[in-house]
Amino acid sequence: MKTIQQLHEIRESLAAKIAERKEGAATAGLPNRYVLVCGGTGCTSGNSKIIHDNLVSELKERGLDKEVQVIMTGCFGLCSKGPIAVVYPDGAFYTHVKPEDVKEIVEQHIVGGTPVERLLHAEKDIHGQLKSINDTDFYRSQRRVVLRNCGVIDPENIDEYLATDGYAAYEKAVTTMTPQQVIDEVKKSGLRGRGGAGFSTGMKWQFTHDAQGAVKYVACNADEGDPGAFMDRSLLEGDPHAVIEAMMIAGYAVGAEHGVIYVRAEYPIAVHRLEVAIAQAREYGILGDNIMGLGHKFDLELRLGAGAFVCGEETALLNSAEGKRGEPRQRPPFPAIKGLFGKPTLINNVETYGNIAQIILNGADWFASVGTEKSKGTKVFALGGKLENVGLVEIPMGTPLRTIVEDIGGGCPNGKKFKAAQTGGPSGGCIPASLIDTPIDYDNLMAIGSMMGSGGLIVMDEDNCMVDIAKFFLEFTVDESCGKCTPCRIGNKRLLEMLDKVTKGEATLEDLDKMEELCYYIKDNSLCGLGQTAPNPVLSTLRYFRDEYEAHCNGKCPAGVCKALVSFKVEKDKCIGCTLCARNCPVGAISATEEKASNGRPVHAIDPKKCIKCGVCISKCPKGAISK
Amino acid sequence: MTDEKDKQFAEVLESLKDVPGPVMMAMQKAQDIYGYLPLQVQLQIADYFGVPLATVYGIATFYSQFRLEQPGQIKIAVCLGTACYVKGSGNVIDKFSRILGVEAGHTTADGRFTLEATRCIGCCGLAPVLTVNGEVYGKVTEDSVDEILAKYNQA
Repeated sequence: MKTIQQLHEIRESLAAKIAERKEGAATAGLPNRYVLVCGGTGCTSGNSKIIHDNLVSELKERGLDKEVQVIMTGCFGLCSKGPIAVVYPDGAFYTHVKPEDVKEIVEQHIVGGTPVERLLHAEKDIHGQLKSINDTDFYRSQRRVVLRNCGVIDPENIDEYLATDGYAAYEKAVTTMTPQQVIDEVKKSGLRGRGGAGFSTGMKWQFTHDAQGAVKYVACNADEGDPGAFMDRSLLEGDPHAVIEAMMIAGYAVGAEHGVIYVRAEYPIAVHRLEVAIAQAREYGILGDNIMGLGHKFDLELRLGAGAFVCGEETALLNSAEGKRGEPRQRPPFPAIKGLFGKPTLINNVETYGNIAQIILNGADWFASVGTEKSKGTKVFALGGKLENVGLVEIPMGTPLRTIVEDIGGGCPNGKKFKAAQTGGPSGGCIPASLIDTPIDYDNLMAIGSMMGSGGLIVMDEDNCMVDIAKFFLEFTVDESCGKCTPCRIGNKRLLEMLDKVTKGEATLEDLDKMEELCYYIKDNSLCGLGQTAPNPVLSTLRYFRDEYEAHCNGKCPAGVCKALVSFKVEKDKCIGCTLCARNCPVGAISATEEKASNGRPVHAIDPKKCIKCGVCISKCPKGAISK
Repeated sequence: MTDEKDKQFAEVLESLKDVPGPVMMAMQKAQDIYGYLPLQVQLQIADYFGVPLATVYGIATFYSQFRLEQPGQIKIAVCLGTACYVKGSGNVIDKFSRILGVEAGHTTADGRFTLEATRCIGCCGLAPVLTVNGEVYGKVTEDSVDEILAKYNQA
């Protein structure tokens, strides 16, 4: 147990040190040197743990382990350039680090004082000088509020969280504000649910506060199921205490003493970081019967998912947290009135919670000074797909899509043309190139047929087929449908069958109209958000890429993706008879013809009856002689 | 060996005795211990918490993580989430399927490999991604398939 006084002392002693890491440069009078290694799941798969251990042992060998600290942090966001390591006080941002590079980094940079140039994130300014990381294209347009501590602190060390004003918001709330005042502040901030639906967070807190009942719950939806989304995972892995503190503040505001974090099982590192954080908070008396000696009670437990996308829907989540099949419930009654085990339950998304402490500390006006009229604050996006810089970014609401795709994301690689950006996961829609200047906020995205969603933003280029993409999403939602209500269970399945016909070139123009009608029926009549939004990718691609659908009805797939409509052919005048294609073909569909190439070797041809259109031949041909 | 597992599991059940809504947690821990959910274990859970076997079976078949059959020694899970799909993970899983001779969701006859299509695991910055017994491989290509199988066939 630590008293408030002791917590303040820890905060003060470490604050300057952590602040230096945030500035990205040395602060006068501080000789501390350290290396931050990214411990997010992405970099971990690139052996960042081994890099960390190698650094520790190399430094120890040279007797430098007391002088130079090595810290494993949360996600820096620039995942495509991982594993990432940053050396301070220089702020040298190393990318694509391998365990074998550690010796060189220690010898040349840490001991010798010269950064290892070939590993540095190589953006130079107009004078040819290496830019500070905060000035690079990737980070310049970002405003890291929710992600403020990710990549800065060690998430498994509660002292480092305390040093960045951690748990100061809770202290402020319970010592200087009434529960209603806390709720009013959240309302005034304009914060809207970051899980995707964008409901007013303050209103939700008010409903739960007003509900009758001695026992209430605060729940956190950490079942981030949208494929392509990893915002919540990064926050849980990089700054778990931020979520814990927010839930404590929520508990105070609505009158709950129990919290449940429902995490999907596919996030083992996040689960581990949460377990460590909860244990440390309990040890310091921050969770328990008399928090910080201030007289309030709150504690948390974790419940794991087991691989069901629908459990991200709030009522399905509650059923699953109760240990049952994750099927949604009728609403009303809403969880605020009747939630977990029938008690009033506040349920919010991880990223929503990620904003709370900052709102309480800095005030609602500070939060609302950023963003658009109806969408305040910042949003974390997981950029994926055909982009140079894939990874995690946090930007003010209202930032144009073009800035995200071209400036931050670095555009489509290999000179390919941008075709569409998909937001909102399987519930969302595609934004075509013609709308790339749309400022991103909740209402603008709804107006153009998409939605904010949880934050996954997948970029597609000219080689992606939009009909295939719509089918991909629908296959997912049909598979994940819980089966409880007819419009979703049967409607979406029929819709998928119709889409399948289109990709096989068996549909007519009339079928496209029928598909659209079915979409609206499913949206209007399904029980929960999964069914209601499953047709969105179809409707959105029909709206902006109807010509592509019509081409399929005429037997062509313009992007060359849908296998039934594509045939692979060897171009006779380019073939040099090297037989690489034939030797690699998994079904032996390629053989020599009677014709000879100019070098005397036999021109080869593909038997369309055997060809399974896997594309291996195209990737092996040295002359680009095979086309679709 | 099995006696140890049974003992471990009995302790798990005991620890969940007074916890509200314990059935799914018991099943998750059972799978951690046994690797899957044998019918005997499902019956044991149903019995302990006083719910019908049908309820336990209903939960086991609802969630994709629960396995009702013994998995292979080497579990290859290829991510078919959007970011990975857009970058070609569909071709990667098709190639595994062709070489191993099993469809996704099944185990090879010799019990060595289980091939699964997984939901997004959140490493989209490294797409396409797959895991082998939980270890993450990023930026995989169709050539990686051969490398990975070679590595595990030698082990």
